Amino acid sequence: MIAVVDYRAGNVTSVARALRHLNVPCVVTDRAEDLRRAGRIIFPGVGAAGEAMRNLRETGLAGCIGEAFESGKPLLGICLGTQVIFEYSEEDGRTECLGLIPGGVRRFPAGIREGGDPLKIPHMGWNRVSFRGAHPVFAGLPANAEFYFVHSYYPAPSNGADVAAETEYGIRFASAVARGNLVAVQFHPEKSGRFGLRLLENFSRWDGSHAQ
Amino acid sequence: MLSKRIIPCLDVRDGKLTKGVKFKGNVDIGDPVEAARQYYEQGADEIVFYDITASSEGRDIMIDVVKRVAETIFIPFSVGGGIRTLEDMRGVILAGAEKVSVNSGAVENPRIITDGAAAFGSQCVVLGMDVKKVEKSARIPSGYEIVIQGGRKHMGLDALWWAREAENLGAGEICLNSIDADGTLEGYELELTHLIATRVKIPVIASGGAGKKEHLLDVLTKAKADAALIASIVHYGTHTIAELKEFLTGGGVKVRDVW
Repeated sequence: MIAVVDYRAGNVTSVARALRHLNVPCVVTDRAEDLRRAGRIIFPGVGAAGEAMRNLRETGLAGCIGEAFESGKPLLGICLGTQVIFEYSEEDGRTECLGLIPGGVRRFPAGIREGGDPLKIPHMGWNRVSFRGAHPVFAGLPANAEFYFVHSYYPAPSNGADVAAETEYGIRFASAVARGNLVAVQFHPEKSGRFGLRLLENFSRWDGSHAQ
Repeated sequence: MLSKRIIPCLDVRDGKLTKGVKFKGNVDIGDPVEAARQYYEQGADEIVFYDITASSEGRDIMIDVVKRVAETIFIPFSVGGGIRTLEDMRGVILAGAEKVSVNSGAVENPRIITDGAAAFGSQCVVLGMDVKKVEKSARIPSGYEIVIQGGRKHMGLDALWWAREAENLGAGEICLNSIDADGTLEGYELELTHLIATRVKIPVIASGGAGKKEHLLDVLTKAKADAALIASIVHYGTHTIAELKEFLTGGGVKVRDVW
């Protein structure tokens, strides 16, 4: 059973719908005991980091996520869920986050351009994700598969070794990170067609063991 | 590099497509869920549903359509048509739509943009604009005016002013429909699209007029649109989405590969 964490950060039911489509049992939950019982955890979210962290602390879910990470349980972060696993985010002033992965989350700089044209923020739409090396969660995905993004802030891990994939949008940023039993993606696999579904299916079978 | 999006638009009334959608080698499809599934599989980057239902019973049918679409396709889709209140927005978003588009409802009550962005995030709120070319005047300096009711009612609002106002109010995207080009199959309104797309910082979807694949190339390159809305060109089987994307790739436009 996969627990999809509902911490009042946007509509998380689209992740559950994608899992149901794949016949993967899941529960959308905000209860700590469900997270402890679940074999795997998906940590999604859309919205702002400040509010998300407030909710996570108030509900005690912040501790549960950390606990799950320590326990070796497979964990998948999506979008805002990915951003709050870093030490801090530049959003809402400076938001202290869960700190599961060293590094921060930064705003796309103003004035980024591509081919002479100014780029719009948020980064919204389909973009290429270049995976670095093999990982069970990214198995079977073409090297430059495109995924759907919606975000104004991007993950900036301190350790290059945590970067699992990169994407270009005026700058090159880490669109996926991986460390041990944790994989976190900035894009939305639940809205990324076939390849996104493949990623979710891979995660539903992953035992959390190290890549390569 | 971000791909330019190709977005089929499906008009729905009382839960049925208003025009049949014909796929190559297939019979006509009147079911919006099935049409959405086919476009999804063909490589559409997003799908727009426009609900032209008038009655409130029809609205409930549309919510049911949205729920079934959300269980069938796994790309973003938006729903528009008759959205006037925050509750209308909440209904389609909870049913599974990624985005909701407001048009005349926002002209009448611009606060719905702000309220919608605060409740669901800017990325959920699309401003639909129906625009008609008029004489330039002190009131309409861009020479493009906002109209509603299919172009029958002029609102005295300058299109460029309204686009920037909506951006400031919190709209995350603009779907720009030229009433003059709509249905002509003679190409998008390039001048209008360029004017808006280069003056706002949010993405602009060009709508109205696509009849040939060259039209998409023009609007995505010369007119700087971020996405192209298409209807007849795919509904009547003139081209598949794959053919359009192959043509655009050949023209140097980055689009999502169809696998």
